[in-house]
Amino acid sequence: MTTTTRRGNAPAAPLYTRADIERLSDTHNEPRWLRESRLAAWEIYEELPMPNRDSGEAWRRTDYRGVRWDQVNHLPNGGQPSLQSVPAPMLEPLIGDEQGGTLVFVDGKLVSAQVSDALTAQGVIFTDLQSACRDHESIVRPNLMTKAVKPSDGKFAALHAALWTHGLFLFVPRNTVVELPLHVVMYNTQAGSTLGHVLIVLEEGAQATLLVDFQSARRDEQSVSVGATELLVGDAANLRYVALQDWNRATYEFNHQRGRVGSDGQLDWIIGTMGGQFVKNFIEVELDGQGANGRVSGMFFADHEQLFDHDTQQSHNAPLTVSDLLFKGAAKDDSRSVWQGMIKSLPKMQKIDGFQASRNLVLSEDARMDAIPGLEIEADDVRCTHAATFGTLEEQPVFYLMSRGIPRAEAELMVTEGFFEELLDRVPFERVRDRLRASLEAKIVGRDA
Amino acid sequence: MAASLEIRNLHVSVEEKPILRGVNLTINQGEVHALMGPNGSGKSTLSNVILGNPAYEVTDGEILFEGKNLLEMEVDERSRAGLFLAFQYPVAIPGVTLANFLRLAINSRMKANDPDSKGISISDFRKLMRAKMDSLHMDHSFAGRYLNDGFSGGEKKRAEILQMAVLEPRIAILDETDSGLDIDALRIVAEGVSSLRGPNLGILVITHYQRILNYIKPEYVHIMYQGQIVESGGADLALHLEESGYDWVREKFSTTTP
Repeated sequence: MTTTTRRGNAPAAPLYTRADIERLSDTHNEPRWLRESRLAAWEIYEELPMPNRDSGEAWRRTDYRGVRWDQVNHLPNGGQPSLQSVPAPMLEPLIGDEQGGTLVFVDGKLVSAQVSDALTAQGVIFTDLQSACRDHESIVRPNLMTKAVKPSDGKFAALHAALWTHGLFLFVPRNTVVELPLHVVMYNTQAGSTLGHVLIVLEEGAQATLLVDFQSARRDEQSVSVGATELLVGDAANLRYVALQDWNRATYEFNHQRGRVGSDGQLDWIIGTMGGQFVKNFIEVELDGQGANGRVSGMFFADHEQLFDHDTQQSHNAPLTVSDLLFKGAAKDDSRSVWQGMIKSLPKMQKIDGFQASRNLVLSEDARMDAIPGLEIEADDVRCTHAATFGTLEEQPVFYLMSRGIPRAEAELMVTEGFFEELLDRVPFERVRDRLRASLEAKIVGRDA
Repeated sequence: MAASLEIRNLHVSVEEKPILRGVNLTINQGEVHALMGPNGSGKSTLSNVILGNPAYEVTDGEILFEGKNLLEMEVDERSRAGLFLAFQYPVAIPGVTLANFLRLAINSRMKANDPDSKGISISDFRKLMRAKMDSLHMDHSFAGRYLNDGFSGGEKKRAEILQMAVLEPRIAILDETDSGLDIDALRIVAEGVSSLRGPNLGILVITHYQRILNYIKPEYVHIMYQGQIVESGGADLALHLEESGYDWVREKFSTTTP
């Protein structure tokens, strides 16, 4: 029988060793630079302590002692990952009948890659990260975990840098517009650990829209996802990035995500969190160039025993930058959510405009939602606003709908869905909006996940 | 049989404070009644209780609709049975479009009658909405707006009458539908209501003022004061109130000095 160290205040640490990293690197026949960067990250990982509730604000409300590293400490292997295991709705075109490009990963392995000839002719690279590291070193190497997410960002960022298992790489060259949306599915059928990476590089004046779906089949055994997302938006480039997470209920997720936006660039970032038992998600936008614009829209719905913890930061590193963050979430049953947001500006960064709002809908007496806005502004000619609100499902709107003949359950569903509509409206794909509505509906009426 | 709404000796409290103290009133299909009275006399309480607003507690008396005990019915059942309330202050519901909401309201009716009903088709619904919106001089873009969210006073009242036109109730209560409307908006709304008049619709118009009654002419006028209907008469009673105000009502019927 295995003894565990889930005692006291200290969460147990993963059981990976340096040998696991060497084995992973060997398996993929990785170039030397990549292997070295993994091992360097491992050094950092080993130096950092496991964060616990005494590790400062970021982890104070985040209890992940339930994770059983002794159970999840293996990468998916064996089995025969196939496209057939992915639920059909996830493979539908996002709009109309045409797909710009689709990558499907199952259990960390690329099982399908469809990239139109037009994209390739434009010089767009849309492929899995392992191949990109081999075939496009000159573009990948300077950007992979060096500019956005760095191993030193935290224990899990370092673990990810050392041990990432798979990922997507999108590169759009200068002044190139990718017209059709791109879609990536990361689907897991097996339990265990996956460490998926997203690296997007848009050169100056480039434009693209991309959706990534993270999902897994229902399993009773625990899983862990240690992810990282890097969005590098060049000067005057424009990226619309939608990431939807619906892991099964036995999954613990640790995620570091950061976007960097150059002068007059735009990042429109939408995040949906529905699944998982536990989610700790760091989401940061760095507005690096004058006139950079970052919009972050987050929606979540926690039920049963889920714990969702979103930690956001909007950094104004240049004058005339604009950030706009809106998080809307609901919690029912015994679930718990935390949102901590920070707007930062460096000194002398004048004429910046930062906004953050957290809207919380508390749907049961046992659910708990925390929202902690924050500002650290070192300039004076700025406009920064924040707001956090909490409410329950109000009786008067429900009464109004019922007074027109709509039964209570449907009236409550309609009012609750209405709360999220403002965010759903921002999702640029109708089929995806419908999928999100269905998933909200299942949570609201309590159909089992 | 005419559908009738029968209110018998109705007593209602809000947070244990008695508001209605024995109201009696009967409205039949095809009739138009006006209920007038000063502020605080209990008019809006009456309309809310008829629809079953949970904020109000019935302490005595009964309300019958077609002979059935209305007080035992859920709010949505009352609506599907043929009751409608045009609210004085319609609540805003962000994220819910007028069209989606009304379509669900229609489908709820169809499903209550026939559990296998697939509901109204999108094209039939669209035609219905356009016809009804045109009759109320409403822009078609209204259908896609969030319910009462950012609506002007006049738009809210028109949206209420639109719902009434679409849902075709047998008894409709208009709770101060004239309040906050300028003369043009009042005319459009009142004409909209008048166009729905007929032998299948009974209407109770709740108002302070005579002016809406110039467009929707009542056969019966009732005066409510201190939670009771103290005087009933014909259309001339409303004209009398318009000329003399409510002071004579207070003098004649005041039981306690508020």
